[in-house]
Amino acid sequence: MAGDFMIPDFMVRALLAGLGVAVVAGPLGVFVVWRRMAYFGEALAHSALLGVVLGAVLGVLPWLVIIAVCSAVALILFALERSSGRGSDAAIGLIAQGSLAFALVILAFMESERIDLFAYLFGDILAVTRFDLWLIYGAGLVVLSVMALIWQSMLSMVVNEDVARVEGVNVTATKILHLLLLALFVSGAMKIVGVLLVVAMLIIPPSVARLLARSPESMVIISICVGMLSICGGLWASYSADTPAGPSIVVTAIGIFLVTLIIRPRGVSQKQ
Amino acid sequence: MMNDPLSIPNGALVVANDIVYTIDERQILDHVSITINNSEIVTLIGPNGSGKTTLIRIMLGLLQPLGGTVKQKPHLQIGYVPQRLQIEPSLPLSVGRFLKFGVPKGPNRQKGRRATVLAEVGMETMYDASIHSLSGGELQRVMLARALLRDPELLVLDEPMQGVDITGQNEIYDLIARIRDARQCGIVMVSHDLHIVMASTDRVICLNHHVCCEGKPETVARDPAFETIFGKQAAARLAIYQHNHDHTHDSHGHTVPNDQNISDQTPVELSGTQSGETPHGR
Repeated sequence: MAGDFMIPDFMVRALLAGLGVAVVAGPLGVFVVWRRMAYFGEALAHSALLGVVLGAVLGVLPWLVIIAVCSAVALILFALERSSGRGSDAAIGLIAQGSLAFALVILAFMESERIDLFAYLFGDILAVTRFDLWLIYGAGLVVLSVMALIWQSMLSMVVNEDVARVEGVNVTATKILHLLLLALFVSGAMKIVGVLLVVAMLIIPPSVARLLARSPESMVIISICVGMLSICGGLWASYSADTPAGPSIVVTAIGIFLVTLIIRPRGVSQKQ
Repeated sequence: MMNDPLSIPNGALVVANDIVYTIDERQILDHVSITINNSEIVTLIGPNGSGKTTLIRIMLGLLQPLGGTVKQKPHLQIGYVPQRLQIEPSLPLSVGRFLKFGVPKGPNRQKGRRATVLAEVGMETMYDASIHSLSGGELQRVMLARALLRDPELLVLDEPMQGVDITGQNEIYDLIARIRDARQCGIVMVSHDLHIVMASTDRVICLNHHVCCEGKPETVARDPAFETIFGKQAAARLAIYQHNHDHTHDSHGHTVPNDQNISDQTPVELSGTQSGETPHGR
């Protein structure tokens, strides 16, 4: 590593952070797609911003406050879904918009504005610190291990909740675990692509994978690959053309989706 | 079972006692008691909205009754085929892989065994097909195969014949009877197809929010309570049905003129759409 080709440290950290997020997003994201929870993810992301602001107000361990707020919102959403039968669009919207509005109002009251709102909305992957990396990989390890444990239960649940329940799957516990893992993911990934774009990391790679995969597991693997490609592409664009990193990653992912849509082999299992 | 205070009678798989259930103040189940025993085929019949599916869901523990108790034999292995199965289209899944879900570790998860059971329900060519390419009737058969792979002590089939063609229905009823004989498991079915029900069940329970009558098919068919439920709607239609249909079908699907057939035995045919009851299938 010498001379002109030396990659700056912040780029290496950005790449490592991005790849870590892409790996974790794979198994979490396929279930967001299968369980149709994209909007739910948006609500979590918006609430993460509330966590950021509250963390700044409290001034202690901001990342822990973000995770706590996100998890609390995940549990509230779960309770709402339970009481209203199927997940209610309006209830999720209320939580999403409400937490965003609260965050912005509280922010206005803060005397010295210490929060770079733009960075949280659209991500600031190039500012990833060593500590962030530890956090991302630590949390990522937790998410992947738990996902491996509940994988079969989650799949049975996606196929049919009632049947899974009759066959001894603890559906409630499995759902709550998935939501908490999502909350953890959103808290961590927010820094990479931002509150407004974090759901893209969860749903675009699986959408590409659905076009190619023939089994649930291959859909996860392909999702991870697509996520990693998007991170690399986005960071490269950002580095060479000075585009904003987070949005570039999402644009790359969308590009992969469109290309796959056009060139994919026909007849791969798609419901008519 | 020894020191379990909730233990249930020997040979019984599920005992539901005095079940009460209401939805939005509408009484769905009104003090219903029902017992399912080992190696017995029990069929639940009744008009739309009479509480059949609700009762099934309560027996399975999917719904909590507002009154009454449900007891299952400890560690009861259940195979459940729900009324309608819609598999999320974004989930890529082959039939063969689907057959693994919920099947305990052991020989039944092996490919050969899964293929054999698939053949039993007449779907042997579909092992590698996408689950989304199946028709409703084909999916019902695959669901049945999957339930069987669990080696169930109790098989619960909520309208297993939905979308299955007539020849297929006969095949599946034969299969269900064979399953009971071979595996000695209890089977609960919800059905509308009275003439097939009458031929292949041990006990009929006629439900209309309460148990109207119960017993062997021949007995139930002559029960006055049965007539009051099905009579008003079905009897009138039955007259039309017999006039309009000068033939029936034998087991191969060929038409047979009515005068060669004992028309008395196949008089009542209720389908979901004929009943003038409330529209929600519960």
